Amino acid sequence: MSPLLFLILVPLFAVAFILAGAPARFTALVGSATNLVFVLVLIALYQMGGEQPYQFVSSFPVIPAMGIHFTLGADGLSLLMLLLASLVTVAAVAVARTPEKSPHWYYASLLLISAGGIGAFASIDLFFFYMFHELALIPTFLLIGIWGSGDRQAAAWKATIYLALGSFVLLLGLIGLCLIQPDGMRTFDLRAIIGLAEAGLLPEANWVYLLLLVGFGILVSLFPFHTWAPQAYASAPAPAAMLHAGVLKKFGLYGLIRIAAPIFPSAVAEYSNLLLVLLVGNILYVGYVTISQRKLDWMLGYSSVMHMGYIFLGLAALNILSLTGASLMLFAHGLSIAVLFALSGELRERTGTLDFAELGGLAKPMPAFGLLFGFAAFAAIGLPGFVGFAGELLVFFGSFIGGDLLMGTFGGREFFQLNNYQIATVCAVWGVVLSAVYMLRAYRRIFFGPLAARWAGLNEISGPARIAAAALIVVMLVTGCFPGLLIKLIGAAPL
Amino acid sequence: MTPGFPPEFCVLFLGITLLLADSFFSGMDKRILAYIAICWLAVFFAATFFLHASPLWPVPNGFYETDALALFFKRFSLAATILTLVLAVEYAPVVERFIPGSKPGAGLGEFFILPVFTCAGLMWLASSADFVMIFCALELVTISFYIQVAYMRRSSASLEAGTKYLILGALSTGFLVYGIAWIFGITGQTSLRGISLVLGMVPVAGQTALLFGIGLVLVALGFKVAAAPFQFWVPDVYQGAPTPVTAFLSVGSKALGFVVLMRVIEPFFIAPFLAAKIGSALVFLAGLTLLYGNLAAMPQTNLKRLLGYSSIAHAGYLLVGVASLGAPGAGRAVVFYLVGYLLMTFLAFLVLVPVAKASGGDDISHFNGLGRRAPGLAFAMLIAMLSLAGLPFTVGFLGKFFIFVAAMQQQHFVLVILGVVTVACGFYYYLKVVRAMYWQPAPEEAPPIEVSSLTHFTIAFLAALILLLGIYPKPILEFLP
Repeated sequence: MSPLLFLILVPLFAVAFILAGAPARFTALVGSATNLVFVLVLIALYQMGGEQPYQFVSSFPVIPAMGIHFTLGADGLSLLMLLLASLVTVAAVAVARTPEKSPHWYYASLLLISAGGIGAFASIDLFFFYMFHELALIPTFLLIGIWGSGDRQAAAWKATIYLALGSFVLLLGLIGLCLIQPDGMRTFDLRAIIGLAEAGLLPEANWVYLLLLVGFGILVSLFPFHTWAPQAYASAPAPAAMLHAGVLKKFGLYGLIRIAAPIFPSAVAEYSNLLLVLLVGNILYVGYVTISQRKLDWMLGYSSVMHMGYIFLGLAALNILSLTGASLMLFAHGLSIAVLFALSGELRERTGTLDFAELGGLAKPMPAFGLLFGFAAFAAIGLPGFVGFAGELLVFFGSFIGGDLLMGTFGGREFFQLNNYQIATVCAVWGVVLSAVYMLRAYRRIFFGPLAARWAGLNEISGPARIAAAALIVVMLVTGCFPGLLIKLIGAAPL
Repeated sequence: MTPGFPPEFCVLFLGITLLLADSFFSGMDKRILAYIAICWLAVFFAATFFLHASPLWPVPNGFYETDALALFFKRFSLAATILTLVLAVEYAPVVERFIPGSKPGAGLGEFFILPVFTCAGLMWLASSADFVMIFCALELVTISFYIQVAYMRRSSASLEAGTKYLILGALSTGFLVYGIAWIFGITGQTSLRGISLVLGMVPVAGQTALLFGIGLVLVALGFKVAAAPFQFWVPDVYQGAPTPVTAFLSVGSKALGFVVLMRVIEPFFIAPFLAAKIGSALVFLAGLTLLYGNLAAMPQTNLKRLLGYSSIAHAGYLLVGVASLGAPGAGRAVVFYLVGYLLMTFLAFLVLVPVAKASGGDDISHFNGLGRRAPGLAFAMLIAMLSLAGLPFTVGFLGKFFIFVAAMQQQHFVLVILGVVTVACGFYYYLKVVRAMYWQPAPEEAPPIEVSSLTHFTIAFLAALILLLGIYPKPILEFLP
């Protein structure tokens, strides 16, 4: 029996207890904290555990005729994602404010999202990897629809239907991945599929890769499938946005790094131009859209879409540098966006508005809040000292040496002396400037300038929210100063 | 299977006994009849596990199959009938209101007994392997449904539904007989086994005529399974019929329609000159049904009507499976889907009946705030809706998954893409119910919802089964042929 099963069952049991009438907030906090401690223990065990890539493996046949087993296991990359998931869960539960309407369902939904993420990251079997991700769909629908703000109904419908469509496209991709395997050896076990691919037993199947790219792409909000995300995150209650943007959305990129990179390297290379164009759309187009936002929640939603572009760049370049960088970015972005959504949720609780035009000068009544927000904004931009910087740097280095040298030529003539990867990298570096522009502008408009009289009496951030935000920032700082910790943990997992 | 003593006779005998009991003990509470029927059907259900599927049981001219498929669907029919009777007991007060009678409970007896006869018909249908046998069994099912649909004499909706069902059902029967006549005219056989033997010897001149006959049979079966473009009767009939009958119709009649469809097209699929044409006809039907069912369901506001359209949509997914029958495991996928469909449809109707009784209507808006009025019922409905939509960890998802696997193996990519798009539509209209239950506030002074303990137990049982089979489908898969 794998200890990872325990990790999945803790939030599920917590949900059961909460629905049976246990005190909701307390149970949720205890459950998520237990999981965090447990993940840390597992990471320590993993590093002592020797050489084999997947540890804590256990398998249980479910539909053996189709090669579907309930297989759990973790390597460095999945442990990193599990750490992210459990950290953000604790923070989200800590930040959550118990609503008046059905508090039990509120916390149960949060924990279900968390369980879905944890289950997906702990699964080796692609069928269950997929199933666990879907566990989060309905809780998100309920969280946005019941406790959201703004035009919450439209946002919930759009996100849910978009995600359902994306996940069924993804399902087709996974079925395709199963069917291209030689008859009699069909399986959903990731290790076995990679083994087949390395043995050259998988035929070229670009259509499977494209299905996976579109399916995962919708879930990660790859341009132009991103329109559900900003709206949903703007309307969702803060803890839901933290969990979804911080953890769940990473599922798609994690899947692409896990499945597409090792199994379809040739297809990734063949369609690299398509992916590069789309990810530059993510970085530049969505980046400029982000700058033009007038509300903090929408701006954060768009910025989370934009940052996915860097991670896609790491995937497209397909070398160890860029993939390690992409893995670090998954972790870094998950934490930074979680802090930002937590803080914007706190701000909304206090002021009732997130419109830049109405805010200003808030650093005076709430200096600690301003400081935390500043750190979070810097982390999101990717300033040195935060783990995001290490990730971006590796991605840029990796992608700049990506591709072959002839890619930039058109009709025998070379433009700019750069190949397509290098052009995309240049665009991505410009994207860092864009993100600095919108983050710093938001910071200025909220915290500096004249203080309106009605905001003078705002309460300082305090209690669990303050601790949670500070703790996440500390994690980002520590891992940013010593990124070697994470890189060692990831090891050769992405390859 | 014990020779000469098929379980249909037991069911038939039960029905006749109950009819006699109803007329001799006229003073008793008619519900007792339903409880007796439920108990005995459960006994028969258990008894089927002592029967063995044997293709060897001698029926010289092959009109009665005793293979695993037949056995499985005999159990399926029994289960569906038991669930229908549970629903009927819950629904009985509504029926009483709509039937004029000199004393209380008058006319209620047959409401509980007719499903038993339908069950016998369904069980025969599961075994029929001869066009004459198929026709007779189908008529037993359909005629008993004519009565049940129009059962509530004072409800004009029920009468309208009954008339529509009667006329269109009779029309489809006409198609069936006419098609059988053509096929018989060309092959000189009515048994499916016989037809498959002589199919290779059909002269070229007769091929078009044979195809015409098969086309007519497909039209008739299309009526039964509610495939577009033969679905006109479904929404009105489903909305107007008494709710238990709606559930029975949408599960029992449809499922056995699919069994017959699979049995009928199997021999024709072997003949090369027919296979391609039947295949493309099925693909066309499946695509049209998927689109029509899902798109038309989206604007519905009445839950029974919505479930009617959704039953068309599910017929579409099932037809995708039937169109992919060449793939290994496609038949199994269809059967598994039908089992899931049985569970989730009955669960939805089991919640619908008490809620509609308490709120005075079966619109989606009558479910407003159910999450707070009756959390248990709302949770069961949530599971039913999510399973119908095809969310993972429910049996509905696995059904769709198996169907998609089979379709992709047969390279029906158009159908698969249509399927994915329509699944997204499905999420919209099923989640409308979830929205009503959890997002919307409950109406002021909503009456309490009363549920009998039998219904309670059944709801919990079905919900648990949906989740269990959604994670661990092996028990069903092992029983499948």
